Amino acid sequence: MVDRNSPVTEEELHAYVDGELPADRLEAVTAWLAANADQAALVAAWRAQADSIRARYGAVAGEPVPERLQLDQALKRDRASGRSWAALASAAALIAFVIGGGAGWFARGAAAAGPNDFDTFTAEALDAYRLYVVEVRHPVEVPGSERAHLTQWLSKRLGAELRVPDLQSINLKLVGGRLLPGPTGAAAAFYMYEGPSGERFTIYCAKAEAPQTALRFKDGDSSAAFYWVDDKVAYVVSGPSNRDQLENVTKSVYEQIDKSGAKKS
Amino acid sequence: MATFQQNVEATIPALRRYARALTRDSDIADDLVQDTLVRALRSEHLFHGGEVRSWLYTILTNLNRNRLRSLSRRPHMSSLEDNDAPDLAGPEAGGRDIERALATLVEDQRQALLLVVLEGLSYREVAEVQGVPIGTVMSRLARARVQIKTYLDGGRPALRRVK
Repeated sequence: MVDRNSPVTEEELHAYVDGELPADRLEAVTAWLAANADQAALVAAWRAQADSIRARYGAVAGEPVPERLQLDQALKRDRASGRSWAALASAAALIAFVIGGGAGWFARGAAAAGPNDFDTFTAEALDAYRLYVVEVRHPVEVPGSERAHLTQWLSKRLGAELRVPDLQSINLKLVGGRLLPGPTGAAAAFYMYEGPSGERFTIYCAKAEAPQTALRFKDGDSSAAFYWVDDKVAYVVSGPSNRDQLENVTKSVYEQIDKSGAKKS
Repeated sequence: MATFQQNVEATIPALRRYARALTRDSDIADDLVQDTLVRALRSEHLFHGGEVRSWLYTILTNLNRNRLRSLSRRPHMSSLEDNDAPDLAGPEAGGRDIERALATLVEDQRQALLLVVLEGLSYREVAEVQGVPIGTVMSRLARARVQIKTYLDGGRPALRRVK
């Protein structure tokens, strides 16, 4: 690779090939390449790679667009289709997370939820998930058998009416819950669920500023989370990094929270 | 001024090109483009300005990532000899070589390389599409180029990912 003492970095060589080199470095890089045959050969190899890629695939853009990809066709098919995830998208806000994770074009659904809320809440929730999910003997403070007590206790500490979702329908048993310090110093409620093969999912709830937000996805190394705010309570559903599975769990949680909200109002 | 739909429409040929190179399978590629279009039109109201083109690349990139994830969960035996050695001759040899070389890349690196050299996106735009800092895009690009060069020079792929 490029000599440590060289006045031209390898990054600059890539930038040179890709036309991203600042104009004031052009002369230095050209001179450098003229004097260093091996570096010039490398640059030539990268250019040849790019040429091969363009030669192989460039023509695709010139092909006639197949009928099914014409925009009016796509629209028509969309209306006609009953694809499974369409059901999930019934709440307009939910559409965002299907695509989510992108670069921030998305859905600060209801205005106030800054990206910071998303970051801090999911970070806290994933920390708690990673900390307690490996705990064998004391994963929770209050066992799932005392659901009523758990609900009452955590609702009181949070100062918000909570509901502990029942996830038996997707084969997840409530292990129990505990109280945690929340991101803003206030309390957070934490529930843990366990599946038949020992896989664990957690729900983290704390009061939020925003009245509601769209659903957003956060992917970590080995764990992942879905976040949303409903009725000024932020929810983070965390689990192993398997998006489809987590989406499924989130959907169940979301539906129950939504239903309970509807009942209230 | 072009409408949102006109902007989407104008990008379809480029999306097909990117998808084809990304998946190296024309049916899968067009499925991806179709899903991208459907989602883009459905969520037009979530598009808060910026470049429609980058946004579409983002959707397509994410959809393909999801597709690969769900594939990786299924028991899947792929033929290794298929991408073991570069072809030495034949009229199509060049095209097949680069296709196989691309197949040995890690998905993130393949995205970065294709978005830059095939789609002509700037480093900054690729960083937006991939949701990472520009420095990460540059290191992905650099690793992709090393890997392809190693492959084409006849060396075995430095790293074979079971994906």
